[in-house]
Amino acid sequence: MLISMNWIGDFVDLTGLDLENLIHRFTLSTAEVEDVIHYGRDTHGVIVAEIASIENHPNSKKLHLLKINNGRELVDCVCGAPNVRVGMRVAFATEGGAVCGHPISRATVAGYESCGMCCSEAELGISADNSGLMEITDDIPLGTDIKTVYDIEDTLFEVDNKSLTNRPDLWGHYGIAREIATLCGRELRSVPVHDTAIYANLPEVKIAIDDPERCYRYTGIKVENIQRNQSPVNMRIRLFYCGSRAINLLADLTNYVMLELGQPMHAFDLRRVDAVEVRRFAESFRFTTLDGNEHEIDPETLMICSHGEPVAVAGVMGGLNSEIEDDTTSLLLESANFNAVSVRKSESKLGMRTDASMRYEKFLDPEMTKTASERFLALLLEIEPNARIISALTDVYVHHFDTITLSFDQRYVDRYTGIAITKEEILRTLTALGFACVVEGDTFTVTVPSWRATKDVTIKADLIEEITRIYGYDNFEIKTTRSPLLPVRRTAANENDNRAKDILVSTYALHEVHSYIWNDREKNRALGIEPEENVRILNAGTPEHDTVRTSMVPTLLCFVSENRGYADHYGLFEIGRTVKGLLPDGSCNERKKLGIVLYDKNASEEALYLRMRDIVLRVVRDIKHEAPTFTAGEGVAYPWQHPVNTAAVRLGDTELGFICALHPAVGTKLDKRAACVAAELDMDTLAAIAPAPIRYHEPSRFPGIDIDLTFATDPSTLVFAEVEALLRAAGGEFLTGVTVTDVYEGEGNPSITFRLSFTSREKTLSKAELQGNIDAILAAMKKNGMELKTV
Amino acid sequence: MKNQIDALRLRFADEIGKVSTQDELETLRVAFLGKKGEVTNLLKNLRDVPNEEKKEAGQLINTLKTEVETAIARKTDELREAALNAAIQGAKRYNPTLPAGEEHGSYHPITLVQRDLEEIFASMGFTIEDYAEVVNDYQCFESLNIPPYHPARDMQDTFYLSNGQLLKTQTSAAQNHIMKKYGAPLRAIFPGRCFRNEATDACHENTFFQMEGLMIDRDISISNLIYFMKTMLSEVFGRPVNVRLRPGYFPFTEPGFELDINCEICGGKGCPSCKNSGWLELCPCGMVHPNVLREGGIDPEEYTGFAFGLGLTRLVMMKYGVKDIRDLNSGSLKVLSQFESE
Repeated sequence: MLISMNWIGDFVDLTGLDLENLIHRFTLSTAEVEDVIHYGRDTHGVIVAEIASIENHPNSKKLHLLKINNGRELVDCVCGAPNVRVGMRVAFATEGGAVCGHPISRATVAGYESCGMCCSEAELGISADNSGLMEITDDIPLGTDIKTVYDIEDTLFEVDNKSLTNRPDLWGHYGIAREIATLCGRELRSVPVHDTAIYANLPEVKIAIDDPERCYRYTGIKVENIQRNQSPVNMRIRLFYCGSRAINLLADLTNYVMLELGQPMHAFDLRRVDAVEVRRFAESFRFTTLDGNEHEIDPETLMICSHGEPVAVAGVMGGLNSEIEDDTTSLLLESANFNAVSVRKSESKLGMRTDASMRYEKFLDPEMTKTASERFLALLLEIEPNARIISALTDVYVHHFDTITLSFDQRYVDRYTGIAITKEEILRTLTALGFACVVEGDTFTVTVPSWRATKDVTIKADLIEEITRIYGYDNFEIKTTRSPLLPVRRTAANENDNRAKDILVSTYALHEVHSYIWNDREKNRALGIEPEENVRILNAGTPEHDTVRTSMVPTLLCFVSENRGYADHYGLFEIGRTVKGLLPDGSCNERKKLGIVLYDKNASEEALYLRMRDIVLRVVRDIKHEAPTFTAGEGVAYPWQHPVNTAAVRLGDTELGFICALHPAVGTKLDKRAACVAAELDMDTLAAIAPAPIRYHEPSRFPGIDIDLTFATDPSTLVFAEVEALLRAAGGEFLTGVTVTDVYEGEGNPSITFRLSFTSREKTLSKAELQGNIDAILAAMKKNGMELKTV
Repeated sequence: MKNQIDALRLRFADEIGKVSTQDELETLRVAFLGKKGEVTNLLKNLRDVPNEEKKEAGQLINTLKTEVETAIARKTDELREAALNAAIQGAKRYNPTLPAGEEHGSYHPITLVQRDLEEIFASMGFTIEDYAEVVNDYQCFESLNIPPYHPARDMQDTFYLSNGQLLKTQTSAAQNHIMKKYGAPLRAIFPGRCFRNEATDACHENTFFQMEGLMIDRDISISNLIYFMKTMLSEVFGRPVNVRLRPGYFPFTEPGFELDINCEICGGKGCPSCKNSGWLELCPCGMVHPNVLREGGIDPEEYTGFAFGLGLTRLVMMKYGVKDIRDLNSGSLKVLSQFESE
């Protein structure tokens, strides 16, 4: 929102104040100022002058050769404006002057000398009108500096609308003026109004509020005999500087009052609207707003009607059927207060946010409607003294906000601020902001003014903000807390994530990436992956991104595909969130998962798969002090997993995730000439498992014996854990270790060699002593179809 | 006999002078000191020497034997030394200046900055919490004093899900959960990923990281908040930081602030980065709203507290000079592999 310091000056004496400094203080105490704009500083040497004569330019159809009377002499001017007329008074930029920063100098225009420039309003920077020269009334003496006639020079500042979300009172200049008056310790003048009590005996306006939940107050008054159509120049300049467009006197006045007081108003053409009903309709219908757009109005939307016919969307915009036209001379003036939520619903249904609805949705002060009407009338009668008021000011006020009274004591302020702000300072601040205060001892009893009482200030903590922001946060002494020191432990989740990342980065040289929580359908499809049905994002940026991912792997595979040129081999990982359908209570089954993918142009898929196995094993064992198991042949959970080479990862009976090669259909699309494997671990599940304690066994003092046994068994199909269990069961008390030292997958005669380690805690074992154990092992293996390999 | 000994001494001196290898030396040692060696033979011959000369001859032979042994020992050392020198001189030269073939991994820069912050907060007694990315309206809005149709909901374009939940727009969504989990007093930080439905460009992302902090105790004041933010941010930036507070509106704080730090780029004089103000807007913060405390099961008459939300993504961009925010979620290894461990 743009704020004019000239306008503020109507209500606060700004004489002698440094405006930039004041605006800076406004930022620190009230709301963020995004920009400061100076108008008119770069315009000088523009005077009121008269066109004394006009000749056609011999070389141009558009240009005229003018003699300009500047009050002392006649000067030449070549002018292209269409509306030149002898005797017309214009704004003339003289030689050596400047208009909006453009210096004016003597120039030759199409062969004729020109000693200045006649200006349009747009050239002066005071409106967008560039259709012709600005015409100045005859009562202003020739040679007068234009800046003494019109308020061309002004300083504006732009306030971030978002920072005013909670301040309905700051949506007009008067509220801002109250802040500025408080900040500089000066008096706030009252708003000049036209007292309507004298019209009490005139006929009332017919106003009916059918929906008092949504319309809190509606005031109406009828005025006729308004002949003047255009607003005064200074009013138009203010509107233009504040980002509004001058339309006609009545529309401009409603805008002016809105920008001044923050109260939206509407002027209905009295020929079309002479009575008002505020109501909703049972059935939807079409309605055209005054911007020319047609809308569907549903039963939720509050409407203003006249004799049953809808004429405006309450709080949002008037209808095309009742707008002020060029020949309008009489009006019905609306100044109303609507429920903020109702207006918000209307604007979101209509998909339009107007200057009015933007204000109403903040919960405006209903006390303001009548003041605004009287302000409108004061301005109107000043500009158009012939206007006649032909009705009483009819005021239907159906919903009053409660008066809010808050009590607090000095100690509360001290505790909340941590510093000492004196009682006098508190009193001064609150009073300047309009809060009525009664002080008894250390206790303040504060009545919240109506413009802050609609929702903004409701509890005593709200008053702390008022007191401290005016005190100035820069003036705070800063102190540490006196909180007791308590031990802090890291959560398992946080610790596990960090450990996993360290292992993957430091030990395995993988790269951590971040991807989006949704699948990219297009990218997935290019890899032959059709996203599963899952929870959808209703308002996704693009339909391609409307499904939440169930697994980390597809998003990581897309990255693999995009990084193919990066190196011959690399690995990526991410700890991120996935949603695997819904829980019984209807909420998302969100899981935090670690996804890993490895890519290699030179290694075999098998080697890469086993490397992934090693990585996953290492991550789990380092964190939980216990090795996970890998079980193949349980089928696949995702279509992109390899039907054969996918294995479940478990710790004890708890499933943690999987490692997998890619389904060949996906693998070949990703890269025909490289291997790629994936893994996923559920970090939530992992965090829930307590790490196994570290146990110490005193090592045997006697040397052990290793015995290697080679069996004629296919190593690709056996499950090591099962064979190990078999060997341990048969091997006796001295068997302390089983590993595999060799696998041979030769055509026709595959074999696997186990190394069995025997140790005793009491003596040095001899091979002969172990023969019984070996025989038992061989027997058990044979029973399970594994014969000792004969050389 | 004496002549024989002198002749042998001369012969030994001559022969050891010709020795150049350990093998030759060993041959020489055997030839003189071996069982059948020259010196041994002399000793054997001693029995033929007349008795009155025996003593002297014996001493002479022993002297010679000692001389030979010493000379051989010395020669052994010389030869070993020479061999080592030859090995060193002839050694292959290894070149450590050639590019290393060693591979390195990388952390996402968010992880690096997040860990840095976690360490700072842990040192100040904050517990580190984790929270979901999918949340309910209650957590993201209602528990934070933002009822339905509140205009503050416009400030955040929310991604809504088909089951009625939403992607959290702010880490504050965890406040209620954490208050209920720990009660007061409480010190916690909770980093997390947030989502807002807005168009992406070099400065805007729909997916970004924040880190929220919450401190609740008896008599926590605005003065404490400023102290804490100043101390914490000085640690984060590794330099003394000046902070300033401005009023900022967040429904879950009262009062709420926008916190600015002095602009490092221009030293506070004003530059394009700080829009000529000398200050950079860094993080929203404020005193926790009494309604939010109450909703979290904490009595606002007894406890007060402050909360702040640091833009982790923003800090990463500031710290490393990342110009395009989209690089962070691009998965591009050209970008990300540069962030090695710190």
